[in-house]
Amino acid sequence: MSVTLPIIDHPTAAKPFVTNGDRSPWHDKALWFVRGKRDKQASTVGEWEYLRSMASQIKTATIANLGNYLVEFERNATALGATVHWAADAEEHNQIVLQILRDHDTKRIVKSKSMLTEECGLNHFLEDNGVDVVDTDLGERIVQLRDETPSHIVLPAIHLKKEEVGETFHEHLGTDKGAADPKYLAEAARGHLRSKFLAGEVGITGVNFGIAETGGFVVCTNEGNADLGASLPRVHIACMGIEKLIPRFQDLGVFTRLLARSATGQPITAYTSHFHGPRDRNSELHIVLVDNGRSKLRHNSEFREALHCIRCGACMNTCPVYRRSGGHSYQATIPGPIGSVLSPTRDSIKHKSLPYACSLCGSCTDVCPVKIPLHHQLLAWRKEIGKQGLLSYDKRISMKAASLLFRNAKVFSLAGWLGRTSLRFLPHWATHHRFNTWTIARELPEPPKESFRHWYAKNRK
Amino acid sequence: MKEMLQQNESITKSRRAILDRLMVMDISSPGLPTPDESMLTHFDDPLGAFVAMLESVGGAVHMLDNPHEATDILNQIDVFASAERVVSLVPEAVQSSFDVSQIKDPHDLSAVDWTIAKGEFAVAENGAIWIDGQAMPHRALLFIAQYLAIVVSRREIVHHMHQAYARIGTPKSPFGVFVSGPSKTADIEQSLVLGAHGCRALQVFLTP
Ligand code: SF4
Repeated sequence: MSVTLPIIDHPTAAKPFVTNGDRSPWHDKALWFVRGKRDKQASTVGEWEYLRSMASQIKTATIANLGNYLVEFERNATALGATVHWAADAEEHNQIVLQILRDHDTKRIVKSKSMLTEECGLNHFLEDNGVDVVDTDLGERIVQLRDETPSHIVLPAIHLKKEEVGETFHEHLGTDKGAADPKYLAEAARGHLRSKFLAGEVGITGVNFGIAETGGFVVCTNEGNADLGASLPRVHIACMGIEKLIPRFQDLGVFTRLLARSATGQPITAYTSHFHGPRDRNSELHIVLVDNGRSKLRHNSEFREALHCIRCGACMNTCPVYRRSGGHSYQATIPGPIGSVLSPTRDSIKHKSLPYACSLCGSCTDVCPVKIPLHHQLLAWRKEIGKQGLLSYDKRISMKAASLLFRNAKVFSLAGWLGRTSLRFLPHWATHHRFNTWTIARELPEPPKESFRHWYAKNRK
Repeated sequence: MKEMLQQNESITKSRRAILDRLMVMDISSPGLPTPDESMLTHFDDPLGAFVAMLESVGGAVHMLDNPHEATDILNQIDVFASAERVVSLVPEAVQSSFDVSQIKDPHDLSAVDWTIAKGEFAVAENGAIWIDGQAMPHRALLFIAQYLAIVVSRREIVHHMHQAYARIGTPKSPFGVFVSGPSKTADIEQSLVLGAHGCRALQVFLTP
């Protein structure tokens, strides 16, 4: 996005969420439930690991030959009657979309979920240019009405309780005050959005998979909003990051089996829609291919695999940090493990704290359907941030000290003795004060009576 | 017009810039895999698996000996019996209540209560049914109707999505969709609600 935010580190940004009553454990539980559903699905497909390795191989091959596949995609899509646009960055993407809307004198658009348009800040850009944008995915509509951003890439409103949604709907859609029954609220949204669908002059959708071989693309939803939005208006604009490509139509077999199972623990989304060219002779289909840093990321062998991401959200659902800190704490379009890898590739200064929002447990790597080595990449980022001299003073000093300590046996054993002895005598206030953030929520261990070295010397036979 | 031209120029420029950036660096490719059928799920009873899957995602399944029995079954459902506007694309199963071919603009379909669509084939592993857009006068019919019914032959079942895509081959129509259960959302506190923007419920009729 074009707005520059001050650098806020992850722990500070997470604080309001973590200290807000039972919000954090409640959020943790909600996501763990989704993770559980994913596990159940994954375990019922005998060839799950086989699918993951095929998906990883297909994506590796795609990114290796991305230029050629894009040209092939463009040729085939054009032959089907679609118009293909190329956008080097977010700004150009927004300009292209605005121009198409102007060409059609459009003031009202309906838009289905697309993390790419979030990344580009399309909504605000269009609104500033007098276009009424309606997000039609229920979760996205909720956060749009609240003037918030999605806190999760698949479950945009997962940070909100139903009472809060009820309040928002009461204010904007006129539902009963205090009503918080999800069924009632979803029904109200259905009615409200129906009228928007019927009034929408152009439909904008994201793209889950673009197919080089056929020039078509696939959009997966549960609500049917992308389909309604793309099948009523005469003009359909599909916005697609260039890494969303797959080479062959048959590759969809692999990805449609992995996506929904990994994302929400469903065997497949309710609708998996395949678009090949415009609807009919009176309709238009525009496909906007967006780079916005992707081709640059491809040059980086350390982080290249991050381009394999199919945006399923499984790494967030499983991440012990994300589950407790909430998506907004990442201050980035894409939160969670993959967001913490991608955001610093855009701006390593602004997002330097994200690779540390991680316990290196490796669970994200285990669940990722395209086998991105997420926790290795997060570790690699920490090295990179150290190299770039972006570490905070206390981390830098303590790392230096640790390195000195581990390099010198005498100093090491002296420090051990000092630690053991002082821990026995130091009063609590000396270790638990506002300068030691480590002890805010932790107690120090009971000091052992002797060092391991001492014990070993005594007991060696 | 001038603006258009300028924009076109910049698009060509960006196209070249993006492709240049992608082409300057050669990366070796592992090649593309072909799924080995012997590694993939195979159901002893694909029909049974399909029915169980579809029910688990919120669809209702009916076995028919003859397509026209669909009408009798639907008549027992209140929201069908009281429906005013029914569009059936499977006349041998259900009669339409009006002539949809008269409708040019899909917006005029907003009051449709039921759509009865024809499924090409079904997928055992996930309860999905493939609908070819070419069989529809308006694709919006699938999503705008309050209720959806799909008629598909129970002989046309594939085991998994690899077979499904092999069966479609090269897509010939501008639109095609796998439908698995009614539209749904869990965006409010993870509570599952059926009937988001598309159909509120899905009836599937399996014909011989
Ligand atoms: S990194 Fe992997 S697990 Fe995370 S969203 Fe992307 S594909 Fe899903």
